[in-house]
Amino acid sequence: MEFPLYKKRDVAIVGVGTSKFGERWDKSLRELAWEAAVPAVEDAGIQGRDIQLVIFGNMSGGLFAGQEHVGALIADFLGLNPTPAIRVEAACASGGVALFQGYLAVASGLYDIVAVGGIEKMTDAPPDRATLALAGAMDSEWEAYFGATFPGLYALIAQRYMHEYKLSRETLAEVAVKNHYHGSMNPLAHFQFKTTVERVISSPLVADPLRRDDCCPISDGAACMILVPAEKARRYTDTPIYIKACTVASDKLALFEREDITTLRATIEASREAYRIAKLSPADIDVIEVHDCFTIAEIIALEDLGFVRKGDAGRLYEEGETYVGGRLPVNTDGGLKAGGHAVGATGVKQVIELVKQLRGEAEKGRQVSNAEYGLAQNVGGSGATVVVTIVGR
Amino acid sequence: MGIVGYGVYVPIWRIKVDEIARVWGHDPNVYREGLGVEEKSVPSIDEDTVTIAVEAARNALKRAPEVSPNSIGAIYVGSESHPYAVKPTAATVAEAIGATPSLTAADTEFACKAATAALQACLGLVSSGYIDYGMSIGADTAQASPMDALEYTAAAGGAAYIIGRREVIAEVECTYSYTQDVPDFWRRDGDVYPRHAGRFTGEPGYFEHVVKCTLGLMEKAGLKPSDFDYAVFHQPNAKYPLRAATMIGIPLDKVKPGLVVQWIGNTYSGSSLIGLAAILDIAKPGQRILMTSYGSGAGSDSFSLLVTDVIEEKRRLAPPVRYYLDRRKYIDYAAYIKLRRMFKGVEY
Amino acid sequence: MSMLGIPSHWRRRKERYRLIGSKCEACGKVFFPRREICPNCRRRGRVIDVELPGRGKVYSYTVIRVPSEGFEYYAPYIIAIVELENGVRVMSQIVDCNPEDVYIGMPVEVCFRRIFSQGDKGIISYGFKFKPLDDSWIRCYEEEAKISVSEMKV
Repeated sequence: MEFPLYKKRDVAIVGVGTSKFGERWDKSLRELAWEAAVPAVEDAGIQGRDIQLVIFGNMSGGLFAGQEHVGALIADFLGLNPTPAIRVEAACASGGVALFQGYLAVASGLYDIVAVGGIEKMTDAPPDRATLALAGAMDSEWEAYFGATFPGLYALIAQRYMHEYKLSRETLAEVAVKNHYHGSMNPLAHFQFKTTVERVISSPLVADPLRRDDCCPISDGAACMILVPAEKARRYTDTPIYIKACTVASDKLALFEREDITTLRATIEASREAYRIAKLSPADIDVIEVHDCFTIAEIIALEDLGFVRKGDAGRLYEEGETYVGGRLPVNTDGGLKAGGHAVGATGVKQVIELVKQLRGEAEKGRQVSNAEYGLAQNVGGSGATVVVTIVGR
Repeated sequence: MGIVGYGVYVPIWRIKVDEIARVWGHDPNVYREGLGVEEKSVPSIDEDTVTIAVEAARNALKRAPEVSPNSIGAIYVGSESHPYAVKPTAATVAEAIGATPSLTAADTEFACKAATAALQACLGLVSSGYIDYGMSIGADTAQASPMDALEYTAAAGGAAYIIGRREVIAEVECTYSYTQDVPDFWRRDGDVYPRHAGRFTGEPGYFEHVVKCTLGLMEKAGLKPSDFDYAVFHQPNAKYPLRAATMIGIPLDKVKPGLVVQWIGNTYSGSSLIGLAAILDIAKPGQRILMTSYGSGAGSDSFSLLVTDVIEEKRRLAPPVRYYLDRRKYIDYAAYIKLRRMFKGVEY
Repeated sequence: MSMLGIPSHWRRRKERYRLIGSKCEACGKVFFPRREICPNCRRRGRVIDVELPGRGKVYSYTVIRVPSEGFEYYAPYIIAIVELENGVRVMSQIVDCNPEDVYIGMPVEVCFRRIFSQGDKGIISYGFKFKPLDDSWIRCYEEEAKISVSEMKV
């Protein structure tokens, strides 16, 4: 999949803002947007009325909060009328595709200041309504129909992976342990507590072999970034971070239709294309954000992104290489597991973490030293959509 | 003209008489000896009369590979436990076996003889040339009131029979029915459990009809008890069929090979048909089988069947009754309540 | 599931009752679920309905202990990806089986079961599930003395 890239100009990120992720009983969808948009706008040193286009990712405002037309809602409550505001959706990759759309708008030369973001308000719905809404990310007629759940789909992946490759239950738990360790130093993360392998593997089973502590939480949250053309970035900030590539790929919606369920082909396709456009390879990447909706997802992501060979990711965890300070720091903000997974916001939150890392603005214990390039992988559903973004200084 | 294919299905779960007695503080031996029943079948949480009927129908088609599903001109399902009061089980079965759309279908009700009455309808449709093949299925997931004696026997299972003219494994020589209005066992619309008139269900109910009907069949066909190699009667328990046989003058070891109630309980509309299948699993060409069903309300349908030499090769194409009797896993009363959906106010 | 309305259930009934998928006569590929368009050939393909084989092996499985809405009464239940004899994979439940007894590679055969019902007043949806393959009944006919049921011991 190679696209003849006719890009008018490069794109830079000049302002970022993230809300605290968690069970935000205190805020409705419309108020959460404010919590991310204000810091982003202030960070970029612009006024709200300077924004020419707003693109927000949101998976399921309707099922979670009874609210569709989320683009209009955000424009209204951010005081941005009549600025165009559009909501895009790709299940858990909604944030990533919002970024992709914003990137296209600026790179094409059509827009000079674009606000991209993501937002999800999940806790207004009762828990089994939330599970039902999330099930919309899978094939409703042939997966959800038989009673499959999201943890169930990833459990099928984990079961097959553990059958084909050597991955112990303990090593898989290390993914959660590391992410909670990083998250404990991130005040915006959903959870600040640390955990242990013992605690993870004795938590209640959700879908064998995945346990409660293998699964990311249901979170409310919002994230927002301001994009401008690279050539104008210095007007807004001393530390612009450039989008070297932003790619999307698709795959079969239903997990059972894929050739090999331990590989997300869309990750391979999108990342291969991203490396090509950015003229980089996995060895150049200093800090990584992957979509650890379930611990197993982080394992296979590192393989599909080309950092290790298929079946080898477990070793990185046994050797502690994915901690800040290790050879390949992954999910330095706590990922989805500890940082929270406000579905539509996640894809944007991931790139914001890369921006902070590249700027040197992360909290002390979790700052990667001298990070020059970062890569984020945002996955929709069980892998039918994947967005890969590479950023650099 | 006669049976060209037959199939049965019994769910895997069983609950023992001892376990039911334990819960109610009954003496299990009273029921074990009085009814001659050890255990009964219980449908799985995702099984019902429709699913049982489909499995039985598919097994019947396996034994009649020459019958293509869309040549079946009629499908009837007899049951007391159709999942819908209005929406025919037969239509779902027809769809599931690929017989749609050119066929007639209906659900029938006559307590435990709903399917044998439908079998007679199929005989009529086939012999008159209206259809090439007709299928009658008797299937039930019977409900009985807790603490009632019937709780020990109300079970789940089904059998399907295909009637046709070619490749017949058992010719239907003759059929005779005996019907009267008798309030021995009933269930009003909307009521959860059926009610019965206690000991009244015996003489004026079961025995009056089973015996008179069988005698009527023999007279009509000019046959005697000694002309039959096997006799199958409706099996609400293990005692009634043996007593009826004695009253008619049929030796008990012609009845015992078809007695399945001890192991699976009373499958209601499936009862006599599963018993017949157990005989067809072992009968030799040239042997004659008597079957008399019984449905409360009340009536009996009696059949005289002559086994052909086509039976040997056809019967081995699907699992025998014996397989379903052997295939079992035991549950306790708590699981039984869950599987039979006996909770109040729960969304199932 | 409870999001899918009645017309949708009706539309999919044949595929769910009889495990019907598609075959493209142009490229020979067989796939499930049934599609209007061959994913390989797109407009150049010629797609027809095919009934898929009812036997296969478990490719992967899990036990759902936190059920989705509408399936609470059935939990815990086993969800599996089954690879049918012709290589096509489908997703469904494994029934008549304890969770501890399922394994990758386990032979299974199709059965017809209730998938769910919309309470006790709505319609009931049926479809295919799988149970452990058991061909042992063939031996019942091979034995010299065909044991009748009355000779069975407990």
